[in-house]
Amino acid sequence: MNKDILICGVGGQGTVLASKIIAASAMQEGSVVHSAETIGMAQRGGPVTSHVRVGENAFSPLIPSGSADIILAFEPGEAVRNLKYLKKDGIAIVNTCAVKPVTESLNPSGYEGTAQVEYLRSRCSCIFVSSDEVCKPFGSSKFFNIIILGVAAGSGRLGISKETVLAQIEKRVPQKFIQTNKNAFLAGFEIGESAVK
Amino acid sequence: MGNGAIALGALAAGVNLVAGYPGTPSSEIIETVSKYPHEGVHLEWSVNEKAALEVAVAAAYSGARALVTMKQMGLNVASDPLMSVAYVGVKGGLVLVSADDPGPISSQTEQDTRRYADFCRIPVFDPSSPEEAYTMIGDAFEYSEKYGTPVLFRPTTRVCHAYASIDIPDKTSPKEYDGFIKDSGRWVIFPRLSYLNHGRIEERNVEIGKDFSAYSFNTVQNPEAEKAVVTSGISYAYVRECLKNRSDVRLIRIATAFPFPEDFVLGALDGVSEVLCIEELSPYIEEQILKTAGMHHLDLTVHGKLDGSVPHNGENSVELSAKILSGFPGVQTANGQVDLSGSPALPVRPPVLCAGCPHRASFYAVKQAMKGQKAFFCGDIGCYTLGNAMPLDMVDTCLCMGAGITMAQGMNYTNDGVCFAFTGDSTFFASGMTGVVNAVYNEADIILCVLDNSTTAMTGHQPHPGTGRNMMGNFVEKVDIAKVLEGMGVRKIVTVNPLDLEKSIKAVRECAAEKGVKAIIFKSPCIAITKPSGRCSVDSGKCINCKKCIREIGCPALVTADGKVTIDRNLCTGCSLCSQICPVGAIGGEEHE
Ligand code: SF4
Ligand code: SF4
Repeated sequence: MNKDILICGVGGQGTVLASKIIAASAMQEGSVVHSAETIGMAQRGGPVTSHVRVGENAFSPLIPSGSADIILAFEPGEAVRNLKYLKKDGIAIVNTCAVKPVTESLNPSGYEGTAQVEYLRSRCSCIFVSSDEVCKPFGSSKFFNIIILGVAAGSGRLGISKETVLAQIEKRVPQKFIQTNKNAFLAGFEIGESAVK
Repeated sequence: MGNGAIALGALAAGVNLVAGYPGTPSSEIIETVSKYPHEGVHLEWSVNEKAALEVAVAAAYSGARALVTMKQMGLNVASDPLMSVAYVGVKGGLVLVSADDPGPISSQTEQDTRRYADFCRIPVFDPSSPEEAYTMIGDAFEYSEKYGTPVLFRPTTRVCHAYASIDIPDKTSPKEYDGFIKDSGRWVIFPRLSYLNHGRIEERNVEIGKDFSAYSFNTVQNPEAEKAVVTSGISYAYVRECLKNRSDVRLIRIATAFPFPEDFVLGALDGVSEVLCIEELSPYIEEQILKTAGMHHLDLTVHGKLDGSVPHNGENSVELSAKILSGFPGVQTANGQVDLSGSPALPVRPPVLCAGCPHRASFYAVKQAMKGQKAFFCGDIGCYTLGNAMPLDMVDTCLCMGAGITMAQGMNYTNDGVCFAFTGDSTFFASGMTGVVNAVYNEADIILCVLDNSTTAMTGHQPHPGTGRNMMGNFVEKVDIAKVLEGMGVRKIVTVNPLDLEKSIKAVRECAAEKGVKAIIFKSPCIAITKPSGRCSVDSGKCINCKKCIREIGCPALVTADGKVTIDRNLCTGCSLCSQICPVGAIGGEEHE
């Protein structure tokens, strides 16, 4: 299998765990995997991206523009920022809830994310999820990374089986959070499945 | 991670001692060693890069294998011992990893470690992936011992921070070695030794160049093609990505830029009339090819940075390589992107001091105390460089590690006004102390502000001599900054908690009123490594919506919702700086958890 998966968001949203689980799952299924992170500074709130490249045919650690099969965007503005990586027939899974820049109160930009969502809708095939809504049953926005992973897997575009991801979640999440994370993943999986129906 | 691969490769090579100073993109090498079994290996964060290298040199003189890690600018600090040890040579393998940062992404310069290799006349290895880095670091130790010379190892950011899977041995053990054998004719550098060794080194480098000509990571693909691309490091990965499935371009990769593998290059270029050099940072390989072409009267056109085909600055990418190659062999770049036209404006997300960062409070106190007075603020390297941003605007200069202290002195001698130096605790130990002695001795009138947050925050929270913990896992006596300053002759030293605004302002005023070198230690831990003390909230009944808190300190947790000031509970750490600023006392009510 050859697949380029880009994960983007804002520092502190848990993008790194999502990319680690994807990379480890693909490896568990026997693929060669390369990945890279744009490591931010110690302060929070900057844009972050993880590039996961599955398959023998990838040399650059970063995904070339127009190559990503799937983008997992934890934030609509960041989805637009990274849209250049998406293939024409690729898919973007996008959180509709915007994260305002930390400098917003000082330099108001009026950024709400709605224009970005509309733009994405007009440009590529997307599955939209609202982190506010989907995280509610789990009581914390911290589970969004696992939910969006579920959406991606459920859409069938990730190329990794449900069971493999569940096994990796078990390996990588602290004991007492395993069940909630599995439930979060399965909730996302359903959303993904029904979105492509 | 590439840095992890370097660490594991060194352990597999039986490294006995690892020392370094944190710096992006190199810091995870030492952190990886500490996380894997490394019994019998001495591991340390040294106070700076020069110290790290000198510690390692003695180990290598004793026959042990030593690894030193730093970022490229750290090599400037370590260049003094490096140049000399290059003359003296080593017995055990000595490999110095200096991670370059094209872009630059998190550095002050775009310097090229390969130039240091040439300058010091020592070999350099240049991996293009984490897998290669793992193997090459072992090779670097072999070459170091084979030729008795220190060796440079130069990954770049994208190699350091890329992940791949590698197989590692179950168990590694440090190398057996003899220990130091006294021989002053060998280990004591004197002019005559340097003269003799200089001659030997140049002869030896011809040998290494021949040896490198057979090195497995110097490679040629498509040897039939007449047009050639010469590349190195991560650019090799990018160019390969562009030239997938192409057989009409000869792809030459040089993993050992110095000593230049001339025989290999002559063979690789046989039958080529036009060559394009794609490399990051300086046109090092390009210049060597021009030199080789000149010496051997080759009929060869060389493209690259020197004729404008390749940009001098910034990092390379698949996209840029494709653009460069499009005018040469011609590559298809149409990868089928989605239509990107009409993109809406995107939010800018600049790095800012965290909510609750004690540095914000320190800067604010100095700013308040100096209101209406002329003052100069010499900053330094660390998170606190971000104190330059509005609304604080408290960093007038930033040059290199430790320069804040000495530059404040120069400011003082040439300007009227109160001169401040800001330095972090780790920076103080790394290269601030000598500057303080200089200030005392040369009678400067400066105020030194040590922003002591008990960690090396910016590079990922490494311990240092003031934290009482070292990389051998031991608790050690903390080196007390106030006592150090006292011992160096600073007469007035005040320690305050910057989160107590009134006391802090008073301390600054007091110091400004006195002559000589004064020091204020603003002591409060980095909030990224401590538990928040609580949360603050705005009493909407009291708040007059003057927005003073937002305007003055720029804490990211202070936000406006529906035109009213509120505090983002997820960000606030309860530092209470804002509550001390509010003119009507509307902020408070620390909700302790
Ligand atoms: S107390 Fe005020 S200044 Fe401190 S972190 Fe909270 S909102 Fe920011
Ligand atoms: S990481 Fe620590 S020192 Fe750096 S900005 Fe955040 S609180 Fe301040």
